[in-house]
Amino acid sequence: MTSLDKAGLADLIDGKLPWQQLKGLMSGTKDPERFDLCIQVLQERARFDDPILLPLTEHLFVVARGGERVVVCDCGYELGPLERNWKEAARILVRDSEELLEEIYDPYHRCDPEWMELREYCCPGCWSLLEVEAVPPGYPVLYDFKPDIDAFYESFLGRPAPDRGS
Amino acid sequence: MPDTQSPSALKAAATPSLAARLALSEERYAESGHYKGIERLALKGEDHFRYERVWAELRGALVSARETALHISASPIVRNIGELCFALYTPEGDSVAVSTGIITHVHTMSEGIKYMIRQGYEDKPGIAEGDIYCNNDPTLGNVHTTDVHTIIPVFHEGELIAWVGGTAHQVDIGAGTPGHDPVASANRFEDGFYVTCEKVGSGHELHKDWLIKASRSVRTPLYWGLDEKCRIAGCYIVAEALQRMINSEGFAYVGQFMDEAVEEGRQNFLARVRERLVPGEYQTASFIDMPMADKAWHPESRVDLLMHAPLRLTIGAGGEFHMSMDGASGTVNAPFNASEGSMQGALWVLITQTLIYDGKVNDGAYLAAGHYFPPGTWCNATDPMLAYGTPWAFLIPSFTGLLRCLSRGYFTRGYREEIVTGYGFTGDPLQGGGVLADGKTYFPVSNFELCSVGLGARGTMDGLDAAYAMWNPEADMGDAEVWETIESGLLYLSRRFKPDTAGYGKYRGGSGWEALRYVHGVTSLQLYSFREGRTFHGGAGVFGGYPNSADYKVWVRNTNMAQLAAAQQPYPLGELSPSSSEIEELVQGDVTRVNEGLMFPEVFGNGDLFLSMFSGGPGYGDPLERDPAAIVADVERRVYLPETARRAFGVVVVEGGDGPAVDAAATGAERERLRQRRAARAVTYDEFFQRERARLLKGALIPPVKKMYRESMSLSAGWGAGFRSFWNLPDTFTM
Repeated sequence: MTSLDKAGLADLIDGKLPWQQLKGLMSGTKDPERFDLCIQVLQERARFDDPILLPLTEHLFVVARGGERVVVCDCGYELGPLERNWKEAARILVRDSEELLEEIYDPYHRCDPEWMELREYCCPGCWSLLEVEAVPPGYPVLYDFKPDIDAFYESFLGRPAPDRGS
Repeated sequence: MPDTQSPSALKAAATPSLAARLALSEERYAESGHYKGIERLALKGEDHFRYERVWAELRGALVSARETALHISASPIVRNIGELCFALYTPEGDSVAVSTGIITHVHTMSEGIKYMIRQGYEDKPGIAEGDIYCNNDPTLGNVHTTDVHTIIPVFHEGELIAWVGGTAHQVDIGAGTPGHDPVASANRFEDGFYVTCEKVGSGHELHKDWLIKASRSVRTPLYWGLDEKCRIAGCYIVAEALQRMINSEGFAYVGQFMDEAVEEGRQNFLARVRERLVPGEYQTASFIDMPMADKAWHPESRVDLLMHAPLRLTIGAGGEFHMSMDGASGTVNAPFNASEGSMQGALWVLITQTLIYDGKVNDGAYLAAGHYFPPGTWCNATDPMLAYGTPWAFLIPSFTGLLRCLSRGYFTRGYREEIVTGYGFTGDPLQGGGVLADGKTYFPVSNFELCSVGLGARGTMDGLDAAYAMWNPEADMGDAEVWETIESGLLYLSRRFKPDTAGYGKYRGGSGWEALRYVHGVTSLQLYSFREGRTFHGGAGVFGGYPNSADYKVWVRNTNMAQLAAAQQPYPLGELSPSSSEIEELVQGDVTRVNEGLMFPEVFGNGDLFLSMFSGGPGYGDPLERDPAAIVADVERRVYLPETARRAFGVVVVEGGDGPAVDAAATGAERERLRQRRAARAVTYDEFFQRERARLLKGALIPPVKKMYRESMSLSAGWGAGFRSFWNLPDTFTM
């Protein structure tokens, strides 16, 4: 098994882990403590004190806040309860015209906006780009991931979620 | 007259039929949830080392068979790219162990074996030692006619104890148009030579009438014949290795081992899910365009198509895995329909690259990976009269979604090194055929360098450049010189990275590439190809990563290339930027340039140029967070043009004395400007929602988009109800 210490995990998160070590992680059996160590590193970096229950994306976390499970950005901005798609609280830029698509793509490398649009979901707190959707016009907003946090902690990790007590 | 009293004949007579054994195996699995009801891996428990040694020998025999047999083939697709695989199956048709190579076919051959068992082949035509079977029917397990299966039964003392199968991808399958992935077929009868689980040999020899029929059914009989010999040789290498194993370990041990290995594969898969994913619901969707309204040859095919592949992955509290494409769009009068077997094969090949890439890779993982491909849709077309020549065109983009879903789980568990945001479209297969200058020598254009597209970005690094194919984990573009030996009238002027094909992100997708081809020494030539053009392939990346670029087509007829060469003037090596083309700058001729990836057969002549372009992979994370130094390296390697570095990444690259360098101050200002632009332009969810909803209510959508929604709503009541509910539309809403 290839394990990472805290510094190694920080390097993994930052994309700085040397290739030989990274290759070892890919080829080896997994370290079961990875999740807990990951939460520890991310919690220490967080600009909020609420306990992280799950990392959701590069910028988003599910945290326990005021007795609720909410989605927050690492800048601290809250994007609503876990039960609701966080995209409803984001700001959205829809690239649905040739002009908007050609701001970032060559005219021959872009999609045809009549067939497909790009939706860019941004955090209203820090304006980081959180997700991009490439879908036809009129497509329902994707609910990328609805984690079952209690099942994860209880069934997969064998303990209750931190906000559910021991 | 056979000796009906011999020990082996008596034993065979006492053995239940294959059909009964298959039914019993399925019954036991349904009852217990374990393969053949095996709950405990007894052999592994008794002597772990012996068990693993037997596994290693078996796996070694399969890999060795492939490495040896491919040298019999003359086709670069098999010999150089390695589009070949072998697998060992239980008597009931479940794969036990596999070789390397185009392993998407490990499960498809399983379906073919089970079809023969269910059809009663044991009675008629009879299954005997020395038989050789062939199949390439997509509705009997295969993907498309071009992938040809050879399957042999293995006997021990008169009892069928296993099957061995081998698949090789053909240069040509005698379809309506030359090549291996037709675009013009509209029905089964244009897909080419169909072999439907046929007994083609007995007594260890191919039947004479089969050899005659097959050689007269394809355009390239030499390649066909050698590919078949290659498959047969590999099957026999594996069968002989199995026999040696029985001699050393005993028949009882090997038989039990095969069953336990499948169950172990199943158990390992479930354990992996619990180890690496998080329970819950993962959702995504993938698309690809096939604009055929102004191209198709058949009236019923003249329609623009937009493929819809919604994908929902559910991981249960007990680690159960279930993937559904409920809501997929309908079947098509085009060769892009996929059979259920091909989708199962694709699911298998992806989970064996992502979740269960080590240990016992076999049909145990298939059993554990629950799935639903709705009948009557493009992804489980069911009707054998439809065309299935190129299901890859829909299948490949559709499965990008599975990688996006799995990557979210890996991220949450902290296993960022396992993340893959998707992959480039292994499309733009330049195909066709022609006759050389002697007026009689046919040459196929059946290129397979597409087996090297960009991999999606990882969670810790950029995607691999020009080095991935979803259906063959051993991606390889092959040598240009080798392709030229068969595509003799189509020379290479270049191969190089294609700038701006990699999806933008904090970690970028792997780069795509381009090859400029030159027509020379032909009396006739037709070429065609396909990729996405109006849409981005599959979907976007993850966590802010963008899709890789869409394809376009460019070719030039009636060029002055001969004069340029005679005058020793520079000639083009492709075009770094389609909007500022090196080809058009250096060459005079009639240029065709379209914003589409689908190209029906076109006639070409000497001196003409054709640019093949291969896909990049999607990105990961916000591009404004990409390390500017990495962007400089990208510009140096021509993965991105300097203007793209600025407009997509906010990195200002300037030419310094030592080459490109970052202007740090200008980059800081540019990135801040782009963030402020997001703030100024982005709208609230409510505003977005009302705008999109109003567009739907007005019906302000183009016909292929309307058709896609209409089909998904009518083929799946659940998807339709979800669509109407999401947009708060009346129950009566239709397109």
